[in-house]
Amino acid sequence: MSVVNYARTLQKVILNIGPRCYHRWVTTASVALRIRDSKQNFRCRLWCGLLTPVHYQYSTEGNTSKVPSVATWEPVLENQLPPAKQVPADLVDKLERLALVDFPNQEGLVCLKKAIRFADQLHVVDTEGVDPMDSVLENSLSFRALYLREDVVAEGDCADRLLQLSKDTVEEYFVAPPGNIPLPGREEC
Amino acid sequence: FIQRLLRIEVSLALKEGRISPTELCRKCLNRIKKTHHLNAYITVSEELALKQAHEAESRLSKGVSKGPLDGIPFAVKDNFCTENIKTTCASNMLKDYTPPYNATVVQKLLDQGAVLMGKTNLDEFAMGSGSTDSAFGPVRNPWSYEAAYREKSGADPDADWVIAGGSSGGSAAAVASLTSFFSLGSDTGGSTRNPGALCGVVALKPTYGLVSRHGLIPLVNSMDVPGIITRSVHDAATVLGVLQGHDVKDSTTVTDHPTPLTGLPDDFDPRNIRVGIPKEYHGPGLSQETLAQWSRVADMFEQAGFQVEQVSLPHTQHSIVCYHVLCHAEVASNMARFDGLEYGHRSDVSSSTEAMYAATRHGGFNDVVRGRILSGNYFLLKQNYEHYFVKAQQVRRLINEDFRRVFGSGVDVLLTPTTLSDAMRHTDFVQEDNRTRSAQEDIFTQPANMAGLPAVSVPTALSSRGLPIGLQLIGPAFQDRSLLTVAQWIEQKVGFAPIRYHGDAGEGEIRVDVLPSTPTVWEKNYLIPC
Repeated sequence: MSVVNYARTLQKVILNIGPRCYHRWVTTASVALRIRDSKQNFRCRLWCGLLTPVHYQYSTEGNTSKVPSVATWEPVLENQLPPAKQVPADLVDKLERLALVDFPNQEGLVCLKKAIRFADQLHVVDTEGVDPMDSVLENSLSFRALYLREDVVAEGDCADRLLQLSKDTVEEYFVAPPGNIPLPGREEC
Repeated sequence: FIQRLLRIEVSLALKEGRISPTELCRKCLNRIKKTHHLNAYITVSEELALKQAHEAESRLSKGVSKGPLDGIPFAVKDNFCTENIKTTCASNMLKDYTPPYNATVVQKLLDQGAVLMGKTNLDEFAMGSGSTDSAFGPVRNPWSYEAAYREKSGADPDADWVIAGGSSGGSAAAVASLTSFFSLGSDTGGSTRNPGALCGVVALKPTYGLVSRHGLIPLVNSMDVPGIITRSVHDAATVLGVLQGHDVKDSTTVTDHPTPLTGLPDDFDPRNIRVGIPKEYHGPGLSQETLAQWSRVADMFEQAGFQVEQVSLPHTQHSIVCYHVLCHAEVASNMARFDGLEYGHRSDVSSSTEAMYAATRHGGFNDVVRGRILSGNYFLLKQNYEHYFVKAQQVRRLINEDFRRVFGSGVDVLLTPTTLSDAMRHTDFVQEDNRTRSAQEDIFTQPANMAGLPAVSVPTALSSRGLPIGLQLIGPAFQDRSLLTVAQWIEQKVGFAPIRYHGDAGEGEIRVDVLPSTPTVWEKNYLIPC
């Protein structure tokens, strides 16, 4: 039987056993190469692959001690954190005014409090004498200031195209409602 | 069956005339229609794709190919600007926005002759880790419809479909479901590697500063990188070679980058490579199967002669908190540009500018985005700035120092899990809110963003539920080439089988691998039609 036909038959067998088998199409050529690699492993694989549905993909044979077998994180306890921050109503107003988005509902406020509590975990880390890091470009091959190109006009002249993107324009102006009117507070609404 | 080929084989097939670019494009478009239920695409650019395919065909017939990507279909995540094609970021805010320019990375790919299939779905503004919070509906993982998932977990795909991962879920689903040969995603905290691992495809996050971000609608300026999703590591290297380089329009791209990749070296001595296993990457919630895969690949490295050692990155567990603060703070700043005045959704309120802005942003953003903007503003308040933002920046430096120390001691690459487990069912995933899920799902992927290091996720095996599990490799800055070389070695060794749709059962195409006699020779694939 030619190598190709043998391969075809082998593959048909594997296909028929179904996807539970180890997904590896083997040829006679590769059989020989694999035996050279690792007799033990290969025999196991060939046997399993041909005849028994086996979940080979995630066997833990030869589990190395290099990969830790249990989680290594140290839990952060509530008493290690600074006292929980309050978010009073006037702070809510201030945030809504600064961000110009409103809290979706009470759940939104609960979400903010959870986010703040999560961020409080930063304070278990000792950062005495550590400089804040602005950008990872400090790591670049040659430490340098941000690249600035020559201050010459290279492109532009597309005012029409840009104005088309806006919903309300008059000639070459974007139309905005009157400014300098503060957002009404919660009580004023 | 042709879509199951790797890009390198398709490129060869196109050159040899076994298939024409137009035919290939049409097949992919049909495939997109067939996999419509996955909701991977927001916009399908059918006419443009066919036009580009025709042009590629005429070039090939004259023998003037533009490069290795000529005529190859690809997809782009919908937060990259594409000229005259709607770019929505999966949000109401930009629902009808059509950019007047192409993002630099998109332009580079189009200049190489690649064929743009469409814009893929994502979490709104790339905020999320499941591609479930989109204005256009969630993305379904193509593996939910595979025989392996149905049989191993007895699930009904329509009711128990699993998430594609986020936030570039659509891009990963597009590549995994064979509708495109590679796609672009964006990676801020793992947004490319997470869906890559859950959809069983190769997902690369290049070094920060190597690839231009001009045209990528920003989320976190100090961490965003355009990501590359492909079906093989060699393809990822080719695409990176095309995309990398200084861009005058993005001043955060480096000018002194390494020479472009023309291919990966096929001979390296494993004994010269030191692989680090960071012990802190066994975090709470890591599934037994992912742990087993991690051990399996670590064993493979050791048996092949690599020097495998355990290393320590002590600040890993605080990295997610640091990311959380910096991400929210930068998001608050970046989302400030959406006020409805110059582009995007605009509300009808016209009593005052501020009222109009507030109403526009209320209507344009969903809860997740609004929540992040508000907490970001909280962390940036004068009273909190030192306490949260500056503190997070200090912790960022500590995390960076951890990596520098480990790589400086001679370790060449780190091997870690990508996600906690295989893909979750959608019904289970939405039990917790977006912020909690992001804090859980991004723990292994965001440290590489914090330090700006290259990282790649490689699929290794299917879990007991029939869903893919991926492992992550992290390398030193600007050593993307070496990182991909090791990734290719893993890819060749683990033999992860690509998706095969139940619809294709009758097509009878078989891939036959001739195993390398040493780990350094490329895998050759021969097709034996039945």
